[in-house]
Amino acid sequence: MVRIEAIIRPAKLDEVKTALDEAGVHGMSVLDIRGAGKQKGYTQHYRGSEYTVNLLPKLMLIVVVPDASQELVISAIADAAHTGEIGDGKIFVTPISEAVRIRTGERGETAA
Amino acid sequence: MVRLSTYYLSAILALAIGAFTLFSPALAQTPAPSATSATVPSAAPAAATPAAAPAAAPADRPNKPSDVNDGDNAWMLTSCALVLLMTIPGLALFYTGLVRSKNVLSVMMQSFIASGLITVQWFFFGYSLAFGHDAVSSTTSPLHGFIGNLDYAFLQHVSSFSPEGTQKLSYGNTVPHMVYCMFQLMFAIITPALISGAIVERMKFSAYCVFMLLWATFIYDPLAHMVWSHDGWLNAHGALDFAGGSVVHMSSGFSALTLALILGRRKRSDGGEELRPHNLPFTLVGVALLWVGWFGFNSGSAINAGQLATSAWANTHIATATAAVVWLLWDWFIYKKPTALGFGSGAVAGLVAITPACGFVTPVGSVLIGTIVASVCFFAIRLKNLVKADDALDVFGVHGIGGLTGCLCTGLFSVLYINSAAGRNGLLFGGPFAKTMVPQLMDAGMTIIMAVVGTVILAAITKLICGGLRTDDEEEEMGLDLTDHGESGYLLEGAGTGMSPA
Repeated sequence: MVRIEAIIRPAKLDEVKTALDEAGVHGMSVLDIRGAGKQKGYTQHYRGSEYTVNLLPKLMLIVVVPDASQELVISAIADAAHTGEIGDGKIFVTPISEAVRIRTGERGETAA
Repeated sequence: MVRLSTYYLSAILALAIGAFTLFSPALAQTPAPSATSATVPSAAPAAATPAAAPAAAPADRPNKPSDVNDGDNAWMLTSCALVLLMTIPGLALFYTGLVRSKNVLSVMMQSFIASGLITVQWFFFGYSLAFGHDAVSSTTSPLHGFIGNLDYAFLQHVSSFSPEGTQKLSYGNTVPHMVYCMFQLMFAIITPALISGAIVERMKFSAYCVFMLLWATFIYDPLAHMVWSHDGWLNAHGALDFAGGSVVHMSSGFSALTLALILGRRKRSDGGEELRPHNLPFTLVGVALLWVGWFGFNSGSAINAGQLATSAWANTHIATATAAVVWLLWDWFIYKKPTALGFGSGAVAGLVAITPACGFVTPVGSVLIGTIVASVCFFAIRLKNLVKADDALDVFGVHGIGGLTGCLCTGLFSVLYINSAAGRNGLLFGGPFAKTMVPQLMDAGMTIIMAVVGTVILAAITKLICGGLRTDDEEEEMGLDLTDHGESGYLLEGAGTGMSPA
């Protein structure tokens, strides 16, 4: 099993969800996050006081899938979240050693 | 040490209230010593007509003399409520939306506690110091005209049934003295509450309470007496201030800057700390409540429901709308975005500037005043940076400078046919400089001197009483909601709300 974390543009969530659906992945967690990367922040003015916002709002999408689905899921997310501009986001993959479905006690890939 | 001083404070206040309550039967409200109100409550049957002599008045309105106009009184009662609405929740929301979420309750409480404490102060002696007969009765004395005596302490002689004073010299010929007293109380409440915007997120609650009481007693009450009392010093010199531009806004604005300088900046407020407003929707709701409440503030200052009230109402709205639009245009031009906060700030600046002028100018004057004040304040809010003051919510830039602008504009734009009480036209309409601008400049100068010097002295006294003005660094870091009040404004979603799904 692998855990795939994708940091994406908030506006791309619907497209990524649809792509994951088509790839057979129906379960996911989505988190509101803020982060910094190559994309520069922006400047806000509150009554003339200037605030530079470096941490930009992004979404983090987490799915846990069998090893075999890894490449399919990665390309589904990457294609759907792609715009070609700086700030499209990143995908991280980490191995998962165990998964438990709390309701039934199932373990392993069927639980994920 | 710090905590102890808070306990002492509460104990003293509780004892004081208890003691005065014991004495109060002796000081029970007695009718004003004027002829109209001396009538004994009538036991006549309710069939009598209201126009009949007081002795035959309906039993549900004992003592109602013929010179109280119910229409005027209805408007004044409404205005009192509207002006209270400006402070709670108007100002409380306006200010608290602009701070960080860890101080949301602390900032709201600074407005709410003003409504509580100043009311008590007003009852004991505040109203009397401001609107009582002059403490120095000899009109030739140089000390005449600065503060009232204690005739109205505990609101004795403040009648709910008849107007104050004589027909020729009265705070309102057609409304009961008590409604005037309550109306003025609402002004006394909002003025120190306005100062709180400059000292948010770092002043100890105990120090704020002590400072506010001292400020109300030694700065606000004398200023109100000088400008509005029959025998007030500035009143006698012909300064025009219809609804409190200098007494309320300039005094609070300049005191705010002074107190912000004395307190010092918030930690890491030079950058590096996220100081952005946590809830601008709160702020905009606050602006709306201030705007609506201000109709009571300005239009109610006519102390009747007549033509002058109408004029003040219209001027208030027109100047405010103009200032909001002009500020927004400046925003758009300079910062490329028309911000919601800009619109709100412009509206408040317009309200502040039209306050002294609203009963003296035409709608044309209002549009000009709105345009001028928004343009002046838009740039004036940066002045605080020159002196490195952390006037967090721009009380000085908006109320201090806006009030000063309004004060001077009143001298420029006043028109005799709107309000004959002005005595002359404004400078732009042919009034002589010595009679139009000089009194306004004296009014402004006196207000600024009292506000700045008074605040320095009172802050020092407060510091002695409370063992410091500021919270310590760790408390500031944690947020005053938790350290001063033991509460949190917001909880994690679902946690402890009883609303988590089954």
